[in-house]
Amino acid sequence: MKIELLKLAHARSGDKGDTANVGVIALRDEFYPLLVREVTTERVKAHFGAMVKGAVERFELPNLKALNFLLHESLGGGGTLSLMTDAQGKTFSTALLRMHIEIADDEAKNLGLI
Amino acid sequence: MKDKVRVAGGQGFWGDLLTAPIDQVRGGQIDYLMLDYLAEVTMSIVQKQKQRDPKAGYARDFVSLMREILPDCVEKNIKVLSNAGGVNVKGCAEAIKDVAVELGLNGRVKIGVVTGDDVLGRLTEFLDGGVAIDNMDTGESLSEILDKVQSANVYLGAQPLVEALDKGAQIIVGGRLTDTGLTLAPLMHEFGWRFDDWDKVAAGTIGGHIIECGGQCSGGNCQFDWEAIPDLANIGFPIVEAYPNGEFVITKHENTGGLVNIPSIKEQLLYEMGDPKSYITPDVIADFTTIQLAGEGENRVRVSGIKGNKNTDFYKVSVAYTGGWKAVGTLVYAYPQAFEKAKAADAILRARLDKLGLRFDTILTEFVGVNATHGHLSGEPRADIPEVQLRFGVRGQSKADVERFTKELAPLILTGPPAVTGFAGGRPKVEEIMAYFPALIPKSLIETKVEIIEA
Repeated sequence: MKIELLKLAHARSGDKGDTANVGVIALRDEFYPLLVREVTTERVKAHFGAMVKGAVERFELPNLKALNFLLHESLGGGGTLSLMTDAQGKTFSTALLRMHIEIADDEAKNLGLI
Repeated sequence: MKDKVRVAGGQGFWGDLLTAPIDQVRGGQIDYLMLDYLAEVTMSIVQKQKQRDPKAGYARDFVSLMREILPDCVEKNIKVLSNAGGVNVKGCAEAIKDVAVELGLNGRVKIGVVTGDDVLGRLTEFLDGGVAIDNMDTGESLSEILDKVQSANVYLGAQPLVEALDKGAQIIVGGRLTDTGLTLAPLMHEFGWRFDDWDKVAAGTIGGHIIECGGQCSGGNCQFDWEAIPDLANIGFPIVEAYPNGEFVITKHENTGGLVNIPSIKEQLLYEMGDPKSYITPDVIADFTTIQLAGEGENRVRVSGIKGNKNTDFYKVSVAYTGGWKAVGTLVYAYPQAFEKAKAADAILRARLDKLGLRFDTILTEFVGVNATHGHLSGEPRADIPEVQLRFGVRGQSKADVERFTKELAPLILTGPPAVTGFAGGRPKVEEIMAYFPALIPKSLIETKVEIIEA
């Protein structure tokens, strides 16, 4: 089955220059391994497409059951240079949580998702 | 030595809730109040204010606030740490001194004045001396933008603040102080932590990171079950209750709104995060992957286990320079076919700008209500969408061209697609762009200074 990340995680995003960061936090601790396995840099890069012009980096925080993503060249120059409504990348958090991941029915059942 | 110290966050940025620091001082027991006024963009704004008026150049809101709370702070012995000094730290400190005198607190208030962060006048000296100052992101040399520089400040850490506290300062004013240092310094001062006790310095730094955005860790902007967060109208700002062993609890005053729980703290920990193993400040390199969180009753989260590594030999310097001009304007199109009309208006406007021969580095069109925040991820809007805001921005090196653009928006009302409104605000404002040049500079070149003045 396909499941939207919104069902598995909450998130907060911010900016550093032209880079947006998105911290993705498992809604329940047992979802974390699923996030590590499925929410890869490649998939996040593909999800954002033209919205992220540079590289995507991922860092793991197993202690917080969270991943941190850096989305380079995604804020139209960043800071006061940017013309974007969201020049500070505040809404990249929920934009990432729109992503869908594939999960086996058994696993979904074990995690109480169906 | 105290067995615990309570540091309250009172301001997440210049423009945050004016009542928050007053509530922190009056709503319960605290030992310190930290106030962060400076975002990157703020430094160039205060620099411009100082150019127009040599007595300006700092956060005047801080002076109004001190007029309100200084008597409480004196009576309860609450110490205040702030970077409100902007690019005129002494001017700010003098204004606070005047307030103290005005309130009849003569002889009862020591003000610590921390300077040395402002290196605007020293950039040429550094470059002539062979110091490489290169953009951390692009590698570009500072010499290429030197003639456009408006402000240049290094981020100072906790050290001069601890010195000021050791000298008995009650109100500390500085310029470009790291927001984390404002929380760390009181803990170092009270608990006598050594500057090379990296784990404790990292703990104080992470405590500072959690409360530096005010209500953003106590229920504000929190996605986790946001509808269940109580009484945000009366949101309680955060307090770090720290212990000598480096552990601390994040909490807030009783009888306030908002929520401090593990999800709210996790969200703030990840805010503006880079590599979590290497959170670099002037004081330490903190490792966010060592943080342990535990709930400890209502609105209390214990933070422990924090490890840190030796700090670097560099300060970060933030240079602001003029980077051209920009303007953004909006129009609103209504049902039916709101999105189609907005798209048609965008095409017409672009054709007119083109015909006028105006030159821009960037033109950006967004359709608010359709794709302004989530871009293509939002998908195609419904056909019967009630309204769409066309948001059109340009950026370029020619002020005249940007100004000319601002006169092309209103004509669309009578000469473009129908059912359009939302131009009551007049022509878009032309703004000068401040671009940022982040670089590293050896600490050995910077001399911080701590003075105490008495009211």
